[in-house]
Amino acid sequence: MAKDMKEIKKVEEINELGWNELIPGAALFSFTEPVEDVVEVPMEERPYAPTNSHEWQVGDWRVEKPVYNRDLCIDCQFCWVFCPDISILSRDKKMIGVIYEHCKGCGICVEVCPTNPKSLLMFPEHMDNNEALSMWPKKEEKK
Amino acid sequence: MAKKFELNEVEVWDGNMAAAHALRQAQVDIVAAYPITPSTPIVQNYSKFLADGYVDGEFIMVESEHSAMSGCVAASAAGVRAATATSSQGFALMVEVLYQASGMRLPIVLTVVNRALAAPLNVNGDHSDMYLGRDAGWINLCSYNPQEAYDLTLMAFKIGEDPNVRLPVMVHQDGFICSHTAQNVRPLQDEEAAEFVGEYKPVNTMLDVANPVTHGVQTEEDWHFEHKARQHHDLMNSFDTIKKVFNEFKERTGREYDLVYTYKMDDADVAIFALGTTVESARIAADQMREKGIKAGVVSLRVLRPFPFKEVAKALENVKAVAAMDRSAPGGTFGALFNEVSATMLAHGKSPVMLNYIYGLGGRDTTIDMLKEVYEDLDKCAKAGKAVVPLQQFLGLRGPKLSFY
Ligand code: SF4
Ligand code: SF4
Repeated sequence: MAKDMKEIKKVEEINELGWNELIPGAALFSFTEPVEDVVEVPMEERPYAPTNSHEWQVGDWRVEKPVYNRDLCIDCQFCWVFCPDISILSRDKKMIGVIYEHCKGCGICVEVCPTNPKSLLMFPEHMDNNEALSMWPKKEEKK
Repeated sequence: MAKKFELNEVEVWDGNMAAAHALRQAQVDIVAAYPITPSTPIVQNYSKFLADGYVDGEFIMVESEHSAMSGCVAASAAGVRAATATSSQGFALMVEVLYQASGMRLPIVLTVVNRALAAPLNVNGDHSDMYLGRDAGWINLCSYNPQEAYDLTLMAFKIGEDPNVRLPVMVHQDGFICSHTAQNVRPLQDEEAAEFVGEYKPVNTMLDVANPVTHGVQTEEDWHFEHKARQHHDLMNSFDTIKKVFNEFKERTGREYDLVYTYKMDDADVAIFALGTTVESARIAADQMREKGIKAGVVSLRVLRPFPFKEVAKALENVKAVAAMDRSAPGGTFGALFNEVSATMLAHGKSPVMLNYIYGLGGRDTTIDMLKEVYEDLDKCAKAGKAVVPLQQFLGLRGPKLSFY
């Protein structure tokens, strides 16, 4: 009988599994226990299974990262809506920031940000965020 | 509730009608299909049963066989019983998704009406499609006539859906010679068939929204090998379930199935090893050879995959010469049956003379007389104790004799 993936608590344990311990068909459960009405349960409180990509660093092939500037943001939520990887964190309609574990660096959030100057901009992956904020461009004047 | 279909004790059905009734009686939830000759009447009849109220389910018309099998994969992962039918080019187009179905461990049933593969385009029966899909990780059941097509289709659901198996199952029948030839078929009544097949038991269903689950994941060098190993392990161990289901079916109907089919093999010196309708012709040829004093027998696979290695060895253990008959263009080697049967015998320390006949391509008729010629060849080899005819010959081919080795 397959070891139920849900019994595995730690991500590291997964790589130790033998063929006889895998769920047939490589079905992967999102949670370790049933979650009724998942939209009402905040991310922090969801019982993510170790096989859920939420538990994994999946943004490591990003070469440029979006940096967020709280001072300019108007909390319009465009970035939150458009991010294809649910990597924008927002609570009670207030933008909090980018989840770098999951962000792929596609730049869509920057593209849709409507402020002037933008409240999200792409910077090289290895640049410090404070350094990036110190280099923020000025407002673009209408020609 | 689906209406009950009044059936006679004996119906006159061709193989397609037999398979369609088996799908109806199994109360398949989703049939996603794209018709192709010669399997078209299976899904055509099924959709009529559904339209007339004899099935509680959905028929999804799709734009290709690739989509037909994809629809079945989605339905099965969602947690319902799914089935479809195809042949030849349609089967070829499905191949990619066949591997998805088995890898995702979805117990879909595919009724395959075997037909040649183009080019040249040909709608008639041979086993090219069966051979194309034989390594796709499905259980493969082989029928020789409409009764068996019906019986094995019903059993396919029970085998594939067994919690120890959870693998998709193909049921093969020969294009036209089985699919379009009406014969007497003794069906089960609807309630009895439904009771035999049983309720569908969903596993890891996507419709259980409180337990979200991902099907069809990506694995690389970290996990892929382990998943494929598990799949092969469970396929190889499905023999127990197959035998159990064959037994339960026998208790209900008196009709007996085994992993390997044998005819007059107890004392046989020479044997034809073939699949499909040729088995029935070979039986007649064997009887006629026996009148001439040649101890001829017939062996066939009821289960092509998993390959019943031990049972094949047992069936042929005392035979002096075997003709492995492959009804598929060999594509630059010996036919697959020749290779598999030869390996089986050698691994069991037996070395009958092994001959390979390529026959019946594109629906070319294979007559009793041709099969008797094969027995004559075998008899010569058996008496000589070695191959005295070429190892690979083309049977029933016009023009100069074509043979290799
Ligand atoms: S860069 Fe792309 S993935 Fe990253 S937060 Fe922006 S939209 Fe999402
Ligand atoms: S799109 Fe720009 S302004 Fe709107 S919430 Fe995101 S960062 Fe803030």
